[in-house]
Amino acid sequence: MDPIISIRNVSKVFPSGLRALNDINLDIRRGEIFALLGPNGAGKTTLISTICGIVTASAGTITVDGHDIVSDYRAARSKIGLVPQELATAAFESVLPQMNFSRGLFGKPADAAHIEKVLRDLSLWDKRNAKIITLSGGMKRRVLIAKALSHEPEVLFLDEPTAGVDVELRHDMWQMVRELRERGVTIILTTHYIEEAEEMADRIGVINGGEIKVVEEKTVLMNKLGKKQLTLTLQQTLSQIPAGLANYPLELSPEGDVLIYTFDVQKEHTGIPELLRELGRHGIDFKDLHSSQSSLEEIFVSLVKESA
Amino acid sequence: MNLYAIRAIYVFEMARTGRTLMQSIASPILTTALYFIVFGAAIGSRMGEIDGISYASFIIPGLMMLSLLGESISNASFGIYFPKFTGTSYELLSAPVSAFEIVIGFVGAAATKSVLIGLLILVTARFFVDYQIIHPVWMVTFLLLTALTFSMFGFIIGLWADDFQKLQIIPMMIITPLTFLGGAFYSINMLPPFWQKVTLFNPVVYLISGFRWSFYGIADVNVGISIAMILVFMLLCLSGIWLIFRTGYRLKS
Ligand SMILES: Nc1ncnc2c1ncn2[C@@H]1O[C@H](COP(=O)(O)OP(=O)(O)OP(=O)(O)O)[C@@H](O)[C@H]1O
Ligand SMILES: [Mg+2]
Repeated sequence: MDPIISIRNVSKVFPSGLRALNDINLDIRRGEIFALLGPNGAGKTTLISTICGIVTASAGTITVDGHDIVSDYRAARSKIGLVPQELATAAFESVLPQMNFSRGLFGKPADAAHIEKVLRDLSLWDKRNAKIITLSGGMKRRVLIAKALSHEPEVLFLDEPTAGVDVELRHDMWQMVRELRERGVTIILTTHYIEEAEEMADRIGVINGGEIKVVEEKTVLMNKLGKKQLTLTLQQTLSQIPAGLANYPLELSPEGDVLIYTFDVQKEHTGIPELLRELGRHGIDFKDLHSSQSSLEEIFVSLVKESA
Repeated sequence: MNLYAIRAIYVFEMARTGRTLMQSIASPILTTALYFIVFGAAIGSRMGEIDGISYASFIIPGLMMLSLLGESISNASFGIYFPKFTGTSYELLSAPVSAFEIVIGFVGAAATKSVLIGLLILVTARFFVDYQIIHPVWMVTFLLLTALTFSMFGFIIGLWADDFQKLQIIPMMIITPLTFLGGAFYSINMLPPFWQKVTLFNPVVYLISGFRWSFYGIADVNVGISIAMILVFMLLCLSGIWLIFRTGYRLKS
């Protein structure tokens, strides 16, 4: 299937001379949830803003559902809903007129039923006549999401949707994002909460210094880069790792009762059977063992460090 | 053409006006009433007629122009400046709307409001003095053209301004003096010959003169020139806006 968004050789140099995007190539698949990860200043917002037409690219082309975002901007933009990172709201307006405003702006005729559904889904219906300035931060964030959904977009950009949002609302949002995906909406989100990407995303892209470092299925990424650890809880404490085990990457806990063995999932040969045999030879008994995989967060940190 | 978008912007802008209705209406009425009391009744009673028109009647077109220019500029400039200031302009920029549609929405709303205020002043004036409008169609034409042109000018100022001070400096430092010196309160024939020549460089002279002609049939400069001048301004503002959007100046990075 052809990608819904196709980004080719896109660069952005700000007038200050800062190169915020450097030759980005990226395809977003139809109907997927794509998480864009990267540290502060990596270029996430700049990339989203460029796709949405807020920032003009210095080079390269972008198409949305086959429509060039410059020459065919009407068709391209009417498919997109954007929830910006900053809580920028028309403070003195009420919620409902703002919804109608957004829908109209995107060229859609009024549809009271759809607007009501969006507001109800986001628990905003009771607040429909409230001035936005009187709403809490989390509710303002929801208003921005509601506005972005007011014109039934096929692609939804969520730039840090859960920044400053409490746990309950965060789970509500995850739920909402999943429902949208079920309806066929493609979702691109940025986040600093790795567990969010881990929980939600189908694919993950890591951006740093304006360059895409990795784009990978979430599961593949975790397998590929994930380190597994084997934790052995010992029968008797050790004062140090025996010399005969020196060429195994082992760590001994300060108390001397836990041995941690780190191995690469990718390697065909984990070395575990040899290790266990060696342990037996040294008379080290253990009462428990379990293995664990490193989280995306650890993968992410190691990636960013590598590229720095 | 994204008509829904134009309507959305227009309705949004008019609603903003609606929220400040008291201020929007009370202030022009009050100002006009004060002008009539001071210039019409107090000073005007000591002044002779100008070209056969009582002084109080003579100043009506000028007063309307004064408000029309001020209101058009401040409405339109604030209308587009505020979304930039609050960051909500992201929505305008990411929407499938052309620059032209954005301008129609904002400028249309600003011009509507200032025309309404102009008419309100006309009604208020009725309580103080008698006046006739000899060329009503031309009067309305001047009203609309001026409101549109200066709303566009305001729109440009709103795009250009990156702080509140810049937003106010042009109306305050340029437009107000030009209007006061543009013959709102006197006929330029009353000036010494040298200043009559200098005054002809003031564009507002042509607006007020033409507008007054539509009321009383008297003009400081030829009406044809007045109309030509308005159209020239309009073209200047249009090309200014066109340039701004083409280059994305102060809107996009
Ligand atoms: N309008 C601008 N003019 C100049 N530089 C800019 C502009 N906008 C962003 N930048 C710079 O571009 C770089 C990328 O910024 P961007 O906002 O895309 O980062 P980000 O990945 O979204 O970061 P964060 O996680 O903090 O939101 C930063 O160095 C930033 O300072
Ligand atoms: Mg950002």
